[in-house]
Amino acid sequence: MASHLVKRLPKKDWNLTIVDQSKDHYYQPGFLFLPFDTYTEKDVVKSINGLIPKGVNYINKVVDKIEPTNNQILFQDDQKVDYDILIVATGSRIAPEEIEGMKGSGWHKDVYDFYTFEGSRNLRNFLRKWEGGKMVVHITEMPIKCPVAPLEFSFLADSFFKKKGIRKNVDITYVTPLSGAFTKPTSSKKLGYLLEEKDINIVPDFNIMEVNNDDKKIVSYDGIEVPYDVLVTVPTNMGDDVILRSGMGDDLNFVPTHKHTLQSKNHENVFVIGDATDVPASKAGSVAHFEAETLTDNILLYIAGKDLKEEFDGHSNCFIETGNNKAMLIDFNYDQEPVDGTFPIAGVGPLRLLKESVLNHWGKLAFRWIYWNMLLKGIPIPMVSRNMKIAGKNITSK
Amino acid sequence: MEATIAGINVKVNEEGYLTEFSQWNEDIAKEISVQEEIGELTEKHWTVLKYLQNQFENEIPLTIRKVGKSGVTNIKEFYALFPGGPLKKATKIAGIPKPVGCI
Repeated sequence: MASHLVKRLPKKDWNLTIVDQSKDHYYQPGFLFLPFDTYTEKDVVKSINGLIPKGVNYINKVVDKIEPTNNQILFQDDQKVDYDILIVATGSRIAPEEIEGMKGSGWHKDVYDFYTFEGSRNLRNFLRKWEGGKMVVHITEMPIKCPVAPLEFSFLADSFFKKKGIRKNVDITYVTPLSGAFTKPTSSKKLGYLLEEKDINIVPDFNIMEVNNDDKKIVSYDGIEVPYDVLVTVPTNMGDDVILRSGMGDDLNFVPTHKHTLQSKNHENVFVIGDATDVPASKAGSVAHFEAETLTDNILLYIAGKDLKEEFDGHSNCFIETGNNKAMLIDFNYDQEPVDGTFPIAGVGPLRLLKESVLNHWGKLAFRWIYWNMLLKGIPIPMVSRNMKIAGKNITSK
Repeated sequence: MEATIAGINVKVNEEGYLTEFSQWNEDIAKEISVQEEIGELTEKHWTVLKYLQNQFENEIPLTIRKVGKSGVTNIKEFYALFPGGPLKKATKIAGIPKPVGCI
């Protein structure tokens, strides 16, 4: 947003400041590859200092509280800063403490997350030495960041153990609170083969009550038990605690946000982007990227005193690693489920939607470069528009 | 696609969930409840179903956590009311979409 706005707002009138409590910026999609030694630590982290756009201030402090009624941010060191317009981009975090036993004696010993740098790196260190057993890949509850990541993790694990020659010693089970690994009609039809092909067991409709660290099993509210030797879990995802401290969020600390304009529902000079919102789009990086384009326009409209564009359509565009150096691509929005087709050029591609291909895999790997060098600089991806395109999609009428 | 539930023609998806909430009524709920082996709907069932419908109408995503903290019921009771996948079954009976992922 700072990269977009610094180019569009007159310097004499506007002072742009980024507030971030961290000194580092992570390429979070890379956390999926770190456990399998595909990426190294240095591939997924850069110092924030080098990423701040020219002409933008950077405050590296922890925010104690946002006071939207006073247009103020209070820092933990008792300093404060005023604002005319606030963009909340506080993201989401894992909250393993929400489930009994999850952050217990087994945490990062035989219970891992891969949604944090530490979790992903510790899991890599574990997997380098692991000789096999029961691996359970588990989703605690929805919504989660990058909803396809646990499935990708399962597919990549299958490939990883095959390459290591120990696949026959590893039992992979995918445990989800949803009714299946695939819940949308077209995906269910087209992708149902994947789990069977890769010999991945599935336990659907599993709502976890506790992690039993002593007996190494997870237990659901209706008494179903799934034993593990290593549990790779996606804990509850919540908005940042600063949202809770500021009284600005829902029960998961996500900020109520207008889903088409990205304006906060409660404060007209507060806008929200990415995982921090409660909009019913995927919590994915591509969503934040597309949102940024609409939000930039809307902030300029807001400043001009004009009506905001009700434009954002929930557009999401995600590569899904399926293992064996292949990936799929999905492109969808609030109303349109992922379907097969060609992307970004209708009828041509070169990428294929909802179908495995080697080219899609290269697309996913190329994305790391695109992220650091284009997305963070606010450069649009060529031929990929902020709103989802119907052309190129095989949409059958319902 | 269309289906006849409780003598009424309604639009449903492949899994039998109503695709137009406006077509829902209590007789439809009772018939789906029998199909889903929940049996007769008690006053508590109806309270929970109305809560879920209200959340849906306000575009609030449904999760077990939200239902558990709603004050309307708790998670254990929700399982007892709709055994074997409470959100999946309760949403079907309530005539609203079940929670889904992005694929």
